[in-house]
Amino acid sequence: MNDVEGTIARIAAADDLPALDVVRVEALGKSGWVTGLLKTLGGMTPEERQLRGPEFQRVRARLTDAIAQRREQLEAAELERKLATERIDLSLPAPEHSRGTVHPISQVMEELAEIFADLGFAVAEGPEIESDWYNFTALNFPPGHPARAMHDTFYLQRTDADGLPYVLRTHTSPVQIRAMQERGAPLRVIAPGRVYRSDSDATHTPMFHQIEGLVIDRAIHLGHLKWTLETFLKAFFERDDIAIRLRPSYFPFTEPSAEVDVGWSLEKGRRVVGGQQGWMEVLGSGMVHPKVIAAAGLDPDQWQGFAFGTGVDRLAMLKYGMDDLRAFFDGDIRWLKHYGFSALAVPTLSMGVGA
Amino acid sequence: MKFTLAWLKDHLQTDASPQEIAEKLTAIGLEVESVSNPAESLAPFRVAEVLTAEKHPRADKLQVLSVNAGAEFNDGGPLQVVCGAPNARAGMKGVFGPPGAYVPGSAMTLKVAAIRGVESNGMMCSVRELQLGEEHDGIIELPAEAPVGQSFAAYAGLDDPLFDIAVTPNRPDCLGVRGIARDLAAAGVGTLVERPIAPVSGGFAQPLAIATEEDSGCEAFAGRLIRGVRNRPSPEWLQRRLTAVGLRPISALVDVTNFFSVDRARPLHVYDAAKLVGRIIARRGRAGERFLALNDKEYEVVSDDCVIADDRRVLGLGGVIGGADTGVGDGTADVLLECAWFDPASIGATGRRHGVGTDARARFERGVDPLAMGEMVEAATAMILELCGGEASDVTLATSSRWAAVTAERHVELRPARVNELAGLDLPLSEQHAILHRLGFAVEPGGIVPPGWRPDIDGEADLVEEIARIHGYDRVPSTPLPRDPGVTRPTATAAQRLERRLRRAAAASGLDEAITWSFVSEAEAAGFGDAQWTLANPLSEEMKVMRPSLLPGLLAAARRNLDRGAASVRLFEIGRRYLHDAERPTAAVLLVGEAGVRNWQAGKARPFTPFDAKAEALALLEAASAPVGNLQTFADAGPTWHPGRSATLRLGPKTVVAAFGELHPRLARQFDVPEGTTQAAEIYLEAIPAARATARGRPAFTPPALQPVSRDFAFLVPPELAAETLVRAVRGADKALITGARLFDRYQPEGGELSLAVEVTLQPVERTLTEAEIQAVSDRIVAAATKLGARLRS
Repeated sequence: MNDVEGTIARIAAADDLPALDVVRVEALGKSGWVTGLLKTLGGMTPEERQLRGPEFQRVRARLTDAIAQRREQLEAAELERKLATERIDLSLPAPEHSRGTVHPISQVMEELAEIFADLGFAVAEGPEIESDWYNFTALNFPPGHPARAMHDTFYLQRTDADGLPYVLRTHTSPVQIRAMQERGAPLRVIAPGRVYRSDSDATHTPMFHQIEGLVIDRAIHLGHLKWTLETFLKAFFERDDIAIRLRPSYFPFTEPSAEVDVGWSLEKGRRVVGGQQGWMEVLGSGMVHPKVIAAAGLDPDQWQGFAFGTGVDRLAMLKYGMDDLRAFFDGDIRWLKHYGFSALAVPTLSMGVGA
Repeated sequence: MKFTLAWLKDHLQTDASPQEIAEKLTAIGLEVESVSNPAESLAPFRVAEVLTAEKHPRADKLQVLSVNAGAEFNDGGPLQVVCGAPNARAGMKGVFGPPGAYVPGSAMTLKVAAIRGVESNGMMCSVRELQLGEEHDGIIELPAEAPVGQSFAAYAGLDDPLFDIAVTPNRPDCLGVRGIARDLAAAGVGTLVERPIAPVSGGFAQPLAIATEEDSGCEAFAGRLIRGVRNRPSPEWLQRRLTAVGLRPISALVDVTNFFSVDRARPLHVYDAAKLVGRIIARRGRAGERFLALNDKEYEVVSDDCVIADDRRVLGLGGVIGGADTGVGDGTADVLLECAWFDPASIGATGRRHGVGTDARARFERGVDPLAMGEMVEAATAMILELCGGEASDVTLATSSRWAAVTAERHVELRPARVNELAGLDLPLSEQHAILHRLGFAVEPGGIVPPGWRPDIDGEADLVEEIARIHGYDRVPSTPLPRDPGVTRPTATAAQRLERRLRRAAAASGLDEAITWSFVSEAEAAGFGDAQWTLANPLSEEMKVMRPSLLPGLLAAARRNLDRGAASVRLFEIGRRYLHDAERPTAAVLLVGEAGVRNWQAGKARPFTPFDAKAEALALLEAASAPVGNLQTFADAGPTWHPGRSATLRLGPKTVVAAFGELHPRLARQFDVPEGTTQAAEIYLEAIPAARATARGRPAFTPPALQPVSRDFAFLVPPELAAETLVRAVRGADKALITGARLFDRYQPEGGELSLAVEVTLQPVERTLTEAEIQAVSDRIVAAATKLGARLRS
């Protein structure tokens, strides 16, 4: 029993795991002295055993704990030593990931889809190579109509079923006809997509993007058009001080027709949408012409509505500050990384439609 | 359409400022593009008198003038001015530009300068220097009574704001000043001035035979001979009017026709009657007929053209352009005045066919007032008599059988509620009618009768627009669109969702989205399947055919990026291919250059390999929820690709969902991109099966209770055996137990056999597998591989 304090001291003095194990075996091993003590209990009288038993167990427990504690200390020290040899320079660069981008046109189209979904508009589509009928005649530009000259049209060499050359659609308005034909009325759709005009200069490209909006119902009027455009522009530009101005104009497929100006103001030397320092034209619109409704197979005495169209590229430029349309179609990765959007910047109503 | 304020005031009595007029014009649909005042740019220029003119001591063609330009300059004392004009002389009055004045015609600012050693304190100006015309033979000469020191612009009546408005194709009447004035008056800016036209009685019978042929495109031709005229330059007021709106004064007779074109949107034509032979007829052109037009160009007419001809020849394209050799000139004594009406569609077609864009065409093509023919003949006659003298004949009017229909009274229904229903404006009927009345419409029991100058009005909606625009679009109340109850429902179609997911997935995997032209050159298209759609009128050879693939556009973009020093280009585009039968939605990926830059761990840069393209294709297909596990790889994707390093991915043997691999070296050379490291993929979105619509709930989660077992198999295989075939065979050896088979090693020693190693995962379901069971599966695996010519490596 006198060995207890000595053994404790030796445990504390063990400076590695093997040394500690030697002490453990001497005390608690099969032939250890503590084991020996416990074995003597068998030859004792019950009274004696009752007296000595707990005492021997306490000795064993005390030594076991001391060994475990020391083992933990030695193991921790051992780990420290090992870790000290494993240092690396974490200022070295990590493997690089290239970050991709979403094109501003795509981003803006998704923003528009999001906003208009909330107003109940679905997204409709149509071909870019159109027949003369869908692009013009059905929209009340009969052959020879002077308004056809307002569109610098690309013609294709192949002719359509009417014997007229196919055209590259000059606007997204043919989708109005297709949507009415395919979906009937009532109807609320937007139709974004590529359109083409034979025009190329600093502010025009032969290919650009438009978005068309169409509402057909029984009691839709110009006031609804005004509200819809105001509401959309406020949501898109994320400002409440959006002012719009409807000006009478002429499009063959709407009557009454209106061009829509939005107010701008100067901020840090740049024209931004909002306020009323000046006006710029952003949209064409109007009440769908009865002939157009009839051409699409609906009864214009029952159905009426409004349509509007605007340039997606231009909306993108006004919102995000690009100033050169041609750069949109160049594929310059420096430009794409500068003006493009993160894959995660998905426009949603709850997270916002701007990024 | 250009007009000046003074011209407008001929028809509109108003005190409104130019700014107020401009705002109202825009508000009623006559969009003002600019309002300018020539007086502003000419403000510094003064009326001046040349006091003396001496020869320049050192230059033969120059003179040294002393000029009095009024009290403002040199306290009214003489100014020394060097002048090169031959007409500069003592005692004349002219226009003086002081130092500091900007000379618009020569785009320079005057300053005191020595000219050949003699100081000059300004300049005496020519017509061209002040942008008042083309003349530059000498300096402007003003009448002796012109007051020295006065603003030249004020003296010359140039202080007259010039409006330039965009007139939409539906408003032929607003190609005339009176039409614009009428609209302004209707909208409350002043009062329309009544300008009654008094008929001129004919002094003799019109001697020329005049006819219109049926279906010629000319429905009416009014002719009047005025004999004994003297065709001299127009009076100054008329010249000034025409010049101000950008027209060149020619002679009184021609200027009269141009005046009515601008004033009343009424084109007229004048012929020198002495040059006409026999009968004047409006008819269709005949093969081989040609004429020299007033623009000095010769036109060969076709049978769809409406021409005016005499017995000998074509005189001109009716309503489009007249002929040179029957035009009026200095010696014209007898003039035939033509006031005709042409079918707008025929005019437009002829104008487009011959590429002639005259003021006459612009008006006839939109529709000239057929009811005003008589009035316009009288007004023009009166002005010719006033300016040129002479005596007028009776009027001969030749018409076609259609003329009655053209001039028939039109009635358009207007239900009183429609203005509110369509425009959202609640206006009393009296106000609706008042607006229409001010615009010249008549309200009759049978409906609204549009005036002759409004051929565009053919339906109720047109009347609603008239009422709404004059009342003011700004007064239309903004009205919320009715909204369905409940939360907004999704609107995107399956195809739209697919594109949106692909786009985000591609950007997330490090690709930049490009949008490239839909048209490419024929040469660029050639390597990607034949272009099926060729533009008839391309802007250039570079943009001639609709792309059969997205790759040429991306390759050209990659080339531009490499030229700018990019080491690695990862682009994608989602757009359409234009095939013979349809426009096919497609996603394309292009990888050029370095896949990984050189770095401290891996060493040198790693170029893109076909497997990078495969990885992108599979990632995108996975994002598209395509059954990627069922895809099969078929070698050789076609002539676009390197024959040994490309493949298609198919679902079943026929449905090709993607092609990928290394670009064919021939195309790499053509597009000047690196051979061997240019990798691409095209995914055909329509080939991706639509995800089956299922309930949102997923099946219960039932993880296997037992641990899976993994075993490796290495096979020696025939060199042509595709790894995918081996893995598929292994995978299929026991459909119940084998849940995975993955190729993890490929080894072929120099000259030795190809070895492929597959890791197979076995998933016991009910109880732990015994060694015997594992052996049985292994045997089946080996047997399946053996069928492909493989044998287990010992």
